[in-house]
Amino acid sequence: MTAYRLALAALAATALLGCKREERRFREMPPAATASNAVIVSELQPGPAFVEAGTRNPYEDNAYAVSEGKTLFNQMNCSGCHSHGGGGIGPPLTDNEWIYGSDPQNIFATITEGRPGGMPAFRGRIPNYQVWQLVAYVRSLGGLQGKAIRSSRDDHMMYKESEQARDKGHPEATFVPPPSEKP
Amino acid sequence: MAHAQALPAFNDPDRRPGTLTIPEEDETRARLSSSWDEGSGLWAWLTSTNHKSIAKRYIVTAIIFFILGGLEAGMMRAQLSRPENRFIGPDLYNQIFTMHGSTMMFLFAVPVMEAIGLYLVPIMIGTRNVAFPRLNALGYWMYLFGGVLLYVAFFYNTGPDAGWFAYVPLSGPQYSPGKRMDVWAQMITFTEIAALIGAVEIVTTIFKQRAPGMSLNRMPLFVWAQLITAFMIIFALPSIVVSSTMLAMDRLVDTHFFNPAEGGDALLWQHLFWFFGHPEVYIIFIPALGMLSSIIEAFTRRPIFGYPAMVLSLITTAFLGFGLWVHHMFATPLPLLGQSFFTAASTAIALPSGVQIFCWIATIWSGRPRYTTSFLFAIGFFFLFIIGGLTGVMVASIPFDLQAHDTYFVVSHFHYVLIGGAVFPLFGAIYLWFPKVTGRLLSERLGKWNFWLFFIGMNVTFFPMHILGLMGMPRRVYTYLPEMGWGGLNLLVSMGAVIIVSSVAVFLANVWVSLRAGVPAGDNPWEAATLEWATTSPPPSYGHLFIPVVEGRDPLWDARNGELAVVTGLRTDRHEGLLTSIMDAEPEHRYEFKGPTILPLLLAIFGGGAIILAIFTPWGVTVGSIMSAIVLTCWFWPTISPDHDTPRHRRRERIA
Amino acid sequence: MIAGGLRRSAARGGGILLAGLFIACSGFQSALDPKGTKAATISQLTLFLVITAAVVYVVVIAGLLFAMRRASTRPLAFAHDDIEEPDRERTRIRWVASAAAASALILLLFMFVDVSAARSLSQVGGLRPLRIDVVGHQWWWEVKYPDLGNPHNTVETANEIHVPVGRPVFIKMTSDDVIHSFWAPNLDGKKDLIPGHETRTWFRADTAGVYRGQCAEFCGHQHAKMAFFIVAEPRAKFESWLTSQQSPASTPTDSLAQAGERVFLSASCAMCHSISGTGAGSKYGPDLTHLASRRTIASGTLPNNVGNLAGWILDPQSIKPGAKMPPNQLDPAALQALLAYLGTLK
Repeated sequence: MTAYRLALAALAATALLGCKREERRFREMPPAATASNAVIVSELQPGPAFVEAGTRNPYEDNAYAVSEGKTLFNQMNCSGCHSHGGGGIGPPLTDNEWIYGSDPQNIFATITEGRPGGMPAFRGRIPNYQVWQLVAYVRSLGGLQGKAIRSSRDDHMMYKESEQARDKGHPEATFVPPPSEKP
Repeated sequence: MAHAQALPAFNDPDRRPGTLTIPEEDETRARLSSSWDEGSGLWAWLTSTNHKSIAKRYIVTAIIFFILGGLEAGMMRAQLSRPENRFIGPDLYNQIFTMHGSTMMFLFAVPVMEAIGLYLVPIMIGTRNVAFPRLNALGYWMYLFGGVLLYVAFFYNTGPDAGWFAYVPLSGPQYSPGKRMDVWAQMITFTEIAALIGAVEIVTTIFKQRAPGMSLNRMPLFVWAQLITAFMIIFALPSIVVSSTMLAMDRLVDTHFFNPAEGGDALLWQHLFWFFGHPEVYIIFIPALGMLSSIIEAFTRRPIFGYPAMVLSLITTAFLGFGLWVHHMFATPLPLLGQSFFTAASTAIALPSGVQIFCWIATIWSGRPRYTTSFLFAIGFFFLFIIGGLTGVMVASIPFDLQAHDTYFVVSHFHYVLIGGAVFPLFGAIYLWFPKVTGRLLSERLGKWNFWLFFIGMNVTFFPMHILGLMGMPRRVYTYLPEMGWGGLNLLVSMGAVIIVSSVAVFLANVWVSLRAGVPAGDNPWEAATLEWATTSPPPSYGHLFIPVVEGRDPLWDARNGELAVVTGLRTDRHEGLLTSIMDAEPEHRYEFKGPTILPLLLAIFGGGAIILAIFTPWGVTVGSIMSAIVLTCWFWPTISPDHDTPRHRRRERIA
Repeated sequence: MIAGGLRRSAARGGGILLAGLFIACSGFQSALDPKGTKAATISQLTLFLVITAAVVYVVVIAGLLFAMRRASTRPLAFAHDDIEEPDRERTRIRWVASAAAASALILLLFMFVDVSAARSLSQVGGLRPLRIDVVGHQWWWEVKYPDLGNPHNTVETANEIHVPVGRPVFIKMTSDDVIHSFWAPNLDGKKDLIPGHETRTWFRADTAGVYRGQCAEFCGHQHAKMAFFIVAEPRAKFESWLTSQQSPASTPTDSLAQAGERVFLSASCAMCHSISGTGAGSKYGPDLTHLASRRTIASGTLPNNVGNLAGWILDPQSIKPGAKMPPNQLDPAALQALLAYLGTLK
């Protein structure tokens, strides 16, 4: 009987936590909104050694945010250069190569600040939480989100395999090591 | 009340129908008990294959889902009680209304109707178990797992949110991210399996196991209704099997059944869904008609007037029920001439229902009804269902439907049909057969409260919805603006919902009190005519002590002044039953029912596991199929019981 | 006694029915307050159906009550013991057969009336129809008045459809995402907007006025707040409205509005909305070229005034949770300027 009650209490507790994967959050006051997420391009620093803590994307592993990010990816004409993730004018996003890092805050910085060689800066053009949704989607393109939350196919012409069908990615930063890997 | 004044014939202990004076009666009883009783304890519970214990679980589970669905309705009514209410947001509201519809249709209405059939049909037709006892157990487990899957998902914020009808593309991969609709599609798979199993059980049991002499034209109308419903299930459900699987494949393995850009079509879903969805309504409604016939017959003491007309009406309803589905799609781009055929069918189906109503009224007319709670629910049916039926004829009209479709008018219409036409008969049936199942009478006092609260609450809740719909209030809205002027009626509707909730609470209290301290019922408290009243209350595990022989449509009334003829000579040391011919129920073979086994539960766990795992990885299907194949191999492994009465066995005996 | 109670409740039900019909007979989104030819035909049909159904209901229930009353005088006997049974059997057969025959006749009548009404509604009558294209979006309506001779004159607007009184309007519809349903009950029944299909309907407004319509097919989070208005106005007024809508947005003259235009173009607004005559040309949100001339914002959810517009721009998610419009963090000066600019978009 005690075990039964314990199990019941555990179930109730997990039910309270709910399932983050399925949450649909509409009103965002994102903790990450003001992140100073500029990627450190040099390992040299003035003053005492300082490693910036990675900013968590509040939308990692959230199916709804990834799907919203996909909508934005198409609406903001990301495909114009990245061609549905396959790359064209801009680099492909479905491979394991991440020039400016694959961590959420790296991609956030890439979108908001832009990158040399043609990536425009979206700062002020897209609210931060939508940038984070884009980040979540871009990471899913590279297989960096769980399969269960990635987008399935579109209701459009099938120009690519669905994100869900991709294997798990093994990102390599070709330009800068992610901050967490620094000594 | 009148029902207390029993007729002398029933009170004479020597002349009760079904009680026989056969010398070896006690010995037979003991032997049947020892071979049929399954004992108590967890293992016995998990391995049971007796139709009575499985059907009881089925009914209790379905009523629990009914209560959950009702609570969801209560939350929706709380949200809608005033304009711009902030009690529930759109995300949760969409989940709740989807859960309410899916629960009531898939987890309550169809299962409870089948479950009552699975309990009563074998006793009513005088056999000891359903045709395939292990399959029957599998059906229950599948149903249970499907329901639990849906509710566990709901608790973890993964409740489906695209409506119980799940129109693509809203339910498709692009507009329903996450696993919510996958859970829905797989829950459908579970309940389809369960419903199809129930239907196969009922058809086979009725066709092959009726008591000798119970030719098709002597079957009780309830059994007819169950038979016809089972056939409808067998023809209607494959359509939803196909469509829900196509949806799951679109979502999980990137097929394009419903993607217009790649040659799919969003309307395809609607055709497939409603080809199932409309017969579904009749799958719920026809068993309720059978229940009504039993209630009216028992409490007027008259056989139902116009038996052939009743049976033909049921069959006609079942046939026409397959020709109505497009009337859910009048607003889609289909040609007017094509739609008009469905207007014709939708109008025509009112006729068989009308004939049945007239026949019941004629039955009441010539009898002397006893106004028990059960009979009151039957009378309530007339007052409510006829409203729903008439609004149904109204929405068959294309122009009118284009105004009423997807508004609260339609919500009102189908609640009058389903509550008035199915839940009221169901409650009547519970008051009628509860004494048979439990051995105790439900309180008539509480029963009257239950009825009147339900009747009043039902009208207060659903009648104003007609008006709301014509005032332009669409369905499935989580809120509405104050300036629309719908606030007053919505508040009234929500208050009505409170009355219905209180009525169901009274009902539960009544069940609780009766189980603890109800008046013992005796074998036949209502002096009804059909065979289930010939055995004890509650019936023993083997149903009837001797399989009766039937000589008319009302065997117990015919036997009132004499005795009920029975079959003797069947083996009692194993699960033996009698197979009879389809038309005339002439004895053909003996048949051994399979006994208790854990295999159904194992198959449900592995098969169900495959279905659930498939939501997350296609490997779930592979692994689950292999495991299920192993269980199925055990299931179908040829066995010969040591005392098997076959020539081959005898030969072996001789050798030994 | 019980029969009496049931009779009383039947009478009460009839009373509520009549009262309800009376209430439902007015309103700017009501099927029983027809302002167009099609809705008028349907409402006549509705009246016929309701009255016939009510009569049938009363007759059947009266039959039931009569049966219950007759039955209450009979002895408590089984059919087998009842010697009068055969006589009654004959009477009953007669009654049931005639009731079934009567039902069949009434149903045939229903069929005839239904089909002839449907037939008359399918034929566009009157003048050369005005063509309007409607595209459904989650959760707003895109409206276009195509000018086939001069595509530059095509009018784009959202959530508000102006139509001339007395001229039939022919609407071509499709959906950009999920299934929606176009429904303005004062003018016509509904028609679905289905992705991958083109659906058509027509209606004619016979009385000038403003009628509300609403999406009638469940389409996601904000299905409840996906409304539109149909403004039926005299021909001359409609023509002048159309002409004014054809012009691009005027360049703001005062400095506040000019600052507002800069805010619009530099903040996230221009990423989704278009204003013709400016650099903003994105098609994901409603066209705002003549925003200030519309009666409502947020798909018929709020009256179009400065306060509501400010609230909507800053925090749309508290008004329509789940809507595609993101909240905007604008400082007060920028917001004032933006509102001033939007106010000039007549």
